[in-house]
Amino acid sequence: MANIGKIIGVNGNLLRVAFTDAVVQNEVAYAKLASGVRLKSEVIRIRSEYAELQVFEDTTGLKTGDEVEFTGELLSVELGPGLLTQVFDGLQNPLPRLAEESGFFLQRGKYLPALQRDVKWLFTPVAKKGDVLTAGETLGTVPEGIFKHHIMVPFKIHGSVTVESIAESGEFLVDDKIAVLKAEDGKLIEVSLVQTWPVKIPIKQYVERLRPSKPMVTQQRIVDTFFPVMQGGTFCIPGPFGAGKTVLQQLMSRYADVDIVIFAACGERAGEVVETLREFPELDDPRTGKSLMERTLIICNTSSMPVAAREASVYTGVTLAEYYRQMGLNVLLLADSTSRWAQALREMSGRLEEIPGEEAFPAYLESVIASFYERGGIVKLKDGSTGSVTIGGTVSPAGGNFEEPVTQATLKVVGAFHGLSRERSDQRRFPAINPLDSWSKYEGIIDAEKVKFARKLLVLGGDVNQMMKVVGEEGTSMDDFMLFLKSEYLDAVYLQQDAYNDVDAACSGERQQYVFEKIYNILNQKFSFAAKEDARSFFLKLTQITKDWNRVVFNSSEFKQLEENIFKAVEEVSAHA
Amino acid sequence: MHKVYHRVERIAGSVITVKAENIFYQELAQVTSAQGTSLARVIRIEGDRVDLQVFEGARGVSTDSQVRFLGKPMEIPFSQSLIGRVFNGSGVPRDNGPAIEENPIPIGGPSVNPSKRIIPRKMVRTGIPMIDVFNTLVVSQKLPIFSVAGEPYNELLARIALQAEVDVIVLGGMGLKYDDYLYLRDFLEKNGALSRSVMFVHTASDPVVECLLVPDAALAVAERFAVEGKSVLVLLTDMTNFADALKEIAITMEQIPSNRGYPGDLYSQLAARYEKAVDFDSAGSITILAVTTMPGDDVTHPVPDNTGYITEGQFYLRKGRIEPFGSLSRLKQQVNGDTRADHRTIMNTMIQLYASYKETLEKQSMGFKMSAWDQKLLKYGERFENEMMDLSVNIQLENALDLGWKILADCFTPEETGIPSKLIEEFWPEKKR
Repeated sequence: MANIGKIIGVNGNLLRVAFTDAVVQNEVAYAKLASGVRLKSEVIRIRSEYAELQVFEDTTGLKTGDEVEFTGELLSVELGPGLLTQVFDGLQNPLPRLAEESGFFLQRGKYLPALQRDVKWLFTPVAKKGDVLTAGETLGTVPEGIFKHHIMVPFKIHGSVTVESIAESGEFLVDDKIAVLKAEDGKLIEVSLVQTWPVKIPIKQYVERLRPSKPMVTQQRIVDTFFPVMQGGTFCIPGPFGAGKTVLQQLMSRYADVDIVIFAACGERAGEVVETLREFPELDDPRTGKSLMERTLIICNTSSMPVAAREASVYTGVTLAEYYRQMGLNVLLLADSTSRWAQALREMSGRLEEIPGEEAFPAYLESVIASFYERGGIVKLKDGSTGSVTIGGTVSPAGGNFEEPVTQATLKVVGAFHGLSRERSDQRRFPAINPLDSWSKYEGIIDAEKVKFARKLLVLGGDVNQMMKVVGEEGTSMDDFMLFLKSEYLDAVYLQQDAYNDVDAACSGERQQYVFEKIYNILNQKFSFAAKEDARSFFLKLTQITKDWNRVVFNSSEFKQLEENIFKAVEEVSAHA
Repeated sequence: MHKVYHRVERIAGSVITVKAENIFYQELAQVTSAQGTSLARVIRIEGDRVDLQVFEGARGVSTDSQVRFLGKPMEIPFSQSLIGRVFNGSGVPRDNGPAIEENPIPIGGPSVNPSKRIIPRKMVRTGIPMIDVFNTLVVSQKLPIFSVAGEPYNELLARIALQAEVDVIVLGGMGLKYDDYLYLRDFLEKNGALSRSVMFVHTASDPVVECLLVPDAALAVAERFAVEGKSVLVLLTDMTNFADALKEIAITMEQIPSNRGYPGDLYSQLAARYEKAVDFDSAGSITILAVTTMPGDDVTHPVPDNTGYITEGQFYLRKGRIEPFGSLSRLKQQVNGDTRADHRTIMNTMIQLYASYKETLEKQSMGFKMSAWDQKLLKYGERFENEMMDLSVNIQLENALDLGWKILADCFTPEETGIPSKLIEEFWPEKKR
């Protein structure tokens, strides 16, 4: 029998509901409008005789006494073949199909299943009758685009199960039965191509978590060389508006060395999602030659969509990422922006009249952020293979000031920090990652000692630059001036990258290793110049040729020619001891 | 059969509480007191206690005032006859024309499905070189004008409204000085643009709640026109007043403030309005230009700061000019590649040289000797400011580009500009070559 409650209060998207039967914390409920429309909501607090629910929709029209139907199910997503290439909202409703049904606007209370029910999948069994398996082990596979999608023993199953029967190779709809499993207590469980899983609970059907050990090359030099990220690692990109957070994430989603990219647009501009949405299908994945969309999944809960679903959108994203990790794939989850999610928590906390923490954010903000990032990681699966979820989140701090609760809570739990600076973006230095403030705890693709040397040069060069503002060029010694020029050179030709140039937009790991070595030698070179003016014009020229070098295809004849030019120029002014 | 109540339990700020049953969230009510009749809407329900926000303020409302619930949410009329008219935030005429009641539409409607949006591709021509050449405005863009009190931002809005090639102009005025309201109305009327405009106006002396309704009313109407295939330009002035009204209401509702007294949902509230900007797949479009005054010229103030995270760039209006530095149109790349071959080059070159001019000015003020190059930059900077940056300049994009070449040629040799030789051959004025 349905568990029905009655509304006793409405405050924005917070409902107070009286109930009689048992109610589960975080279960999904539907608030029924007089018109019959049902609004999805989630139980977020229970107080003796009433429960408090956040509604994922606009609550206009609800009144005291309206019915609320409790489902007993936690907020869950569907897992199965056909998730990739799709565009979902935060609650996993497929947006293009919603548009087909409701037109231009997102109609309230309209929900569609995430997976298409009328598509057939070619199933190939892997397990045999009589096999004893546990949750997460593979029953069979279906091809999904370029991937072999594993159909696994449902994650909800406890203990081991015996395969009673399994379908032969053939075409199946997602809801068709493909296997019958017998649980330890003798109960029979029917399995289809789809299973559900609650978004706020991590999927942990693996043997153990491993330490990240393989770099995730993003083809952005400043990231890979100076502030690297590893597969299974976490990183954050805080920055003021206009500093290029979203552009940087878009580049990463294109070039990162992973199998699948899940993009969770959380409370940001719809226009930016539209660009990804319309452009990705046209772009080729440099790794496979197929459309980039084939390895991409977009979750899109833009700023004007209901606030409560923002929280759901990041959890939906990470749950889908974990699902593909179970198949031994490397997944990158990009969340843009986690600040909007934190603000959604703040709004709800305010309505619940909780005692506020700093800047009115709830006191549990830190633990919520920490447990989200902790869902990333590289794991050893039951079949011995490994899979990883790498999480990168942008943060939008108020006023661009990193001393605020969301940035600080995030910095505590991530492995790499790519701080964007207004100053660098105003100077059009892209990517605007501040090389002096940012850090990474991961090992990169370049010899750490050499990177350390380069970073030190940047620091010294920056100091000299500050000093020159006071004492002028005249008062600066030639040695200091050389430090400054060298650090500017390194900045211009290595840290910065031209996102609009086809070649320079992405710099492979191999190329980075090669180029860094050459530039490292130049930075270590002693030069002799008669006057500062000569030194400056030499470095301007050198910068120009090196930038041209960046823009030609690696190891092409032009590349070699330019490399020769660079070293000829350097040779001419080198000081020979 | 409307429910009528005669006992007001509590009055605080513009919020009143009545005990009532079977009332739905956001339901509209009429509050009649000695001061007259005002609309109000339900903003919280707690058991049988219903909080209402009274649009015209609770001043004069007595404990025995009549509250009549209307059984419908806030709506405004929509029809072609809106064109040329002026209303307040709740849709009541401010001009002396007849009230319009046909075809009521809800305000603050649902969000557009992102998969029905398209990538914007069309520029909005304004005749202002600082916009057309350097930070092109694009159809469906949402762009604020960051400014301080006293700058001619309303004049700028009015000019853009007049010159933009759009079907419908919807103007939302929030906390407008009465003079400014009259200026805007008269300007549009004098120039014949009132015949394609709808105005929703809240002046500084009107009740604060109505200020909150203005953007919603303006955008609801704009959305309908856009769905009908029209290209609509929405002008909002001033969004800081709107944010301040939000703050005022939040504080009277005893909400916990997050930053400088503003409520925690300021970002979502602003975004819900700005995100109405849209280019529909197979229908019209909404472009939003909004004034945001920055208290104390401080861009990190919560209102401009949150706005910057939402909008697609910003124009800085300072000393009567659109600043080339800091101003940004994030969508300009979508259009300025297809206007004219020299557009991007002129845009970049002129700004770089202007930045050099600024450095030279600094050197000059510190008493350094001016080199020949510095002299050239000084000449250039002055001409750039007078002939390009000045807001009174009103020329089409192509003429502005030609003017750019002329200024460059008058001040520099081709090599000094660093422009690729191919473009120099094509565009550098003949006699100067």
